[in-house]
Amino acid sequence: MTRYFTEEHEWIEVEGDTATIGITDYAQGQLGDLVFAEVPKPGTSLAKGGDAAVVESVKAASDVYSPVTGTVTEGNPAIEEDPALINSDAEGEGWFFKLTIADPAELDGLMDEAAYKEYVAGLD
Amino acid sequence: MSGSEINVEDARPLPLDAWHRAQGGRMVPFAGYSMPIQYEGIVAEHEWTRQHAGLFDVSHMGQLLLSGPGTAAALESLLPADIAALKPGRIRYSLLLADEGGILDDLMVTNIATPEGSEESFYMVVNGATKHDDIAHIRARLPEGISFTYLTEQALLALQGPEAAAVLDVIFPGIATEVSFMQQTSRTWNGATIALGRSGYTGEDGFEISLPAAIVAEFADALLADERVKPIGLGARDSLRLEAGLPLYGHDLNPTTDPVSADLTFALSKRRREAGGFPGADRIIALLTDGPPTKRVGLALDGRLPAREGALVFAGDVEVGVLTSGGFAPTCGHPIAMAYVDAAHAANGTELSIEVRGRRLAARVAPMPFVAHNYYRAGAVK
Repeated sequence: MTRYFTEEHEWIEVEGDTATIGITDYAQGQLGDLVFAEVPKPGTSLAKGGDAAVVESVKAASDVYSPVTGTVTEGNPAIEEDPALINSDAEGEGWFFKLTIADPAELDGLMDEAAYKEYVAGLD
Repeated sequence: MSGSEINVEDARPLPLDAWHRAQGGRMVPFAGYSMPIQYEGIVAEHEWTRQHAGLFDVSHMGQLLLSGPGTAAALESLLPADIAALKPGRIRYSLLLADEGGILDDLMVTNIATPEGSEESFYMVVNGATKHDDIAHIRARLPEGISFTYLTEQALLALQGPEAAAVLDVIFPGIATEVSFMQQTSRTWNGATIALGRSGYTGEDGFEISLPAAIVAEFADALLADERVKPIGLGARDSLRLEAGLPLYGHDLNPTTDPVSADLTFALSKRRREAGGFPGADRIIALLTDGPPTKRVGLALDGRLPAREGALVFAGDVEVGVLTSGGFAPTCGHPIAMAYVDAAHAANGTELSIEVRGRRLAARVAPMPFVAHNYYRAGAVK
C-alpha cells in the first residue's frame, strides 16, 4: 500500500487499482469543528481535481476533490453520521470514499508523505 | 482603500495581539485588525461559554465619550432611544439611523453621569468595522459645545457565561449583585479605573469591561488565572450571538434595513415613537403602523447541513426571502439561521425551504432567541 498527498490536502491510499481517499489531519485542523459531511454514491464517476465530497465546519463549506479519475465503489457512511470523526481521525476512520482508479499514471504527480510534510511546513 | 481614510492609530495591532498568539489563538483579519477566530475550537469554546465563563477581546469596537450640556438632546437627534429618560448607570441598546431611517450601526449607549448629575456624559460602544464612518457621521451632526472623544487608549473585554459574575466577584467583591442586566458600575484595579457594564453578545449573563489598553493584558491574565475562564474567539462569538437571536451588523443589519423590518422595535422608545424627531421617523412610524413588507425572522433547519448568508428562502416554489446569517448551532444541535422574508411568511411555525447547492432544506420560522437568554436581573424570580 502506498499513500500519496495532494496540494489541496487530500490523501489517497492505493492498493492495486483501488484507492481510499480522505482529507489530511492538517486540513481538518484548518477547517475546525466539522458539522456536516457528504460523500459520493457508489457508481459516481469522478474526474481528477473535480468535486467529490463536501464538508461544512461551523464557519464554512469546503469542497473535497478527487486526487485521480475513477469510479466510486464506496462512501464512508460513518462520517456522514458523525462528521466529528474527521476531526478525531482524519487519516484513518475519517476516510471519505473508495474508488477504482482509471489511470494509474495520474498518481505520478502526487506527493509522498515526506514531500507533503515539507509542503505543509512551508504554509505556516 | 475606499470610503474611509486610513487611520494610523488603528494600523497598530490591538493591545492583546501578542496575548492571543501566546494563548494559541488562530489569527485572522477582521474589522481592519488581526483577531483570534478560535483557540482550541469553536464548538468547545461555544459550549464553555454556555456552561462556565468565556473571555472575549472586543477591543476592535469603537468606544466613544460624549459630554457637555445638551448631549442627551443631541443623541436623540441621532438615535431613536429615550436618552432623556436613561438614568445614570443605565445602558440601552440603540441604532444609529440615517436620515431615511436606514440602520448605519447598532450600539450600546450608557449614561455615565454621576448620580448627582453634574454634567451630561454618555459612553457609547459601536461596531469595529463601522466605527470610522460612525464617528464622521456623529461629529458632523453634533452641535457646538459637546465634547466628543474616540477612546483609542481603551481596551474592551467581555466576560460571558453563567460563572462570569462569580469570577468577577472574586476580583471585585459585591459586583455579582450590585448591578443588573443593562447597568454599569466602575471599580479601581491596580490604580486604574475599570468600567463594567452588565451586558454582552452571547445571551448569557456577563460583563463588558472597558479598561486602559496599558493594563489589559495584566487584567486578562488575572481573569484567566481562574479555572472557570477560557479565552474565546470570533467563531464562537458568532455562533453564540446567532443562538441568542442577536443581529450582526453588516450581515443582518445594514443601511438598507430599517428597525421595523429588522424586528428591533423594542429599540424605538415609546416616547420617541409618539413624538418623532429621530432620523427617518416618518418612514419608521409608517412602517410601525402599516407593518413592514419584509421581516427579520429566525429559521430552524432540519438535518445537519447548514445554510449560509445569501441562501434563498422559498415558500413552495416562490422565492420569499434571503438568509443574512446561518450556521450550525452547537447548543441546539441543528443548523439555524436569520433571514428577511416577506411578511406574509414571517409567522412562527411557517414551513419554508432554503436552497443550498441546488437542493431545498426544510426549515420553519422559529421564535428567537433560539437559546433562552440567561440575564441577571436583581429581584427577579429565577
